[in-house]
Amino acid sequence: MRKERKYNIKKVMSTIILFFCSIAFLLPFIWMLSTSLKIEADVFRYPIEWIPSRWNALANYQEVWFGESPFYIYYWNSIKVAVLTTLVSVVVSSLAAYGFSKVKFPAGAWLFIIVLATYMVPPQASLVPQFILFRYLGVFDTHFGLILLGSFSVLGTFMLRQFFIGIHNDFIDAAKIDGAGHWRIFWKIALPIVRPAVATYAILRFIWTWNDYQNPLIFLRTDALYTIQLAMQKFTTINGSFYTLIMAAAVSAILPLLIVFIMGQKHVIDGIALGGVKG
Amino acid sequence: MSKQFTTTQEFKEAPKTIRKLRKSKIEKDENFIGFLFVSPMLLGISVIVLFPIIATFILAFADWKFITGIDQLKWIGFENFINLANDEKFIKSVINNAIFILTVPITMICALFLAVIIDKNVYLKSYFKVAFFMPYISSVVAIAVVWQVLFHPSQGPINQVLMTFGIQNPPTWISDPNFALISLMIIHTWISIGFSLIVYIAGLQSIPKELYEAADIDGANSWYKFRNITIPLISPTSFFLLITGIIASFKAFDLIAVLTQGGPLNSTTMLVWHLYERAFLDLDVGYASAIAVVLFLFVFTITILQWVGQKKWVNY
Repeated sequence: MRKERKYNIKKVMSTIILFFCSIAFLLPFIWMLSTSLKIEADVFRYPIEWIPSRWNALANYQEVWFGESPFYIYYWNSIKVAVLTTLVSVVVSSLAAYGFSKVKFPAGAWLFIIVLATYMVPPQASLVPQFILFRYLGVFDTHFGLILLGSFSVLGTFMLRQFFIGIHNDFIDAAKIDGAGHWRIFWKIALPIVRPAVATYAILRFIWTWNDYQNPLIFLRTDALYTIQLAMQKFTTINGSFYTLIMAAAVSAILPLLIVFIMGQKHVIDGIALGGVKG
Repeated sequence: MSKQFTTTQEFKEAPKTIRKLRKSKIEKDENFIGFLFVSPMLLGISVIVLFPIIATFILAFADWKFITGIDQLKWIGFENFINLANDEKFIKSVINNAIFILTVPITMICALFLAVIIDKNVYLKSYFKVAFFMPYISSVVAIAVVWQVLFHPSQGPINQVLMTFGIQNPPTWISDPNFALISLMIIHTWISIGFSLIVYIAGLQSIPKELYEAADIDGANSWYKFRNITIPLISPTSFFLLITGIIASFKAFDLIAVLTQGGPLNSTTMLVWHLYERAFLDLDVGYASAIAVVLFLFVFTITILQWVGQKKWVNY
């Protein structure tokens, strides 16, 4: 009994200590949110006003969303690119993952090694020829080009393949004997079984695409095509010292991700933990 | 193929010749179907990665400005690489990359410390997981902008807090050549701790509980258990995080691009930033490709080390 209580006090103590650590991770976000609601004159007030004394939230967000560089355009661009990239990438990766795990063909083994080997190539090492190639193909400065860049994920293929391997071959053989072809087995049996893994990968791919800054920076030129990350950067340059506006933009850039993350929290954390994957 | 087999057993019992024939037909079909399944991926990888990386290696031996036509391309052998060796900014970039690697062990130590506490001794586990993970899923551009204001030299909250603690002349952080790289490293560590934390928590959960129970019976204290059970048994996870962390540190770009553009006085230039400048601001394709080759070789070497090292240094 006494031991139990002692243990609980220890647990409460470490929870409190850890809570203070976690503050260090949340404070910048809280500061961002609170600044986005203020008037400009109060931004650097000290001690920091966590809850604004003078509110200006509506005007700030209105300027960000419908002002000179309206975020709703860039939002739409980002949603379009992120959703389509995720969709194509999931389809391509799961097809390849099935092919590499459940179709027994002799070339499969070494083709898989080639695919894995390309994972060693840091994306920036192939950037210059990609840029030249994309200009030549006429997909430079288009959303199509951007989607193309994110659609062929070795990581996704590798991750989903691990899950397909986990499916017992008896399932597949039984379906084959019943006359099902690989296409039907893939679609009706294998894919439903690995659905949680597909969801994990899809959420991760969405987050990575949404946050991608480098590819849009290099492969987009037209302002009207900008994704939210580019718009964020541009907005900062234009509004230099209007920190309330910049913070309102930052909140707007982070919010949808936060929603996706909190909705798929278990998937994301399990996925990261499982494969120790990294974008 | 007239005869249909209904079970594998029947199939096995069928006369050898039929079986052979049937098998080769199946193999042929499987081959074709296999290719069909993997071909979108193969095609994509070839266009997006394989072809460009080969082109990088070829262009590294050329002198070519992108704006001029392809007919202006001159082959110059190893000249780009020789120039690299004398390029102060390139050397500075490599040094900065090397310093930046320090963020990896620091991140790992913080993450392991947090993971051990979260795994065992804490209420509100999932709150902590989400809180520490938030920086990792947030957009780097937005985060960078927030930190830029937090680090504001005269009025930023960080320096105001430092001043109330009696520090008269706090560093100007991002605009000070001596502190800019450290500032980036702080932000980078802050971003990556959540990822390492999640991976460590998963790693800790795979350590058998019996080991700790046995140590408890022997009267071992927490530090002893941490030192002699946790550290050795978590080493595969640590090794994984070390390698992926180092590779990721070589790819650092977003923070530099948004916050410092390699400055002030080249104090935060790194390989990828230098590559970006030479390729997309100077349009110097050949030289940028040479940098890309060096980058590739660094990452390649680390990956090979991973393969070799995994067997040697990791205690399973």
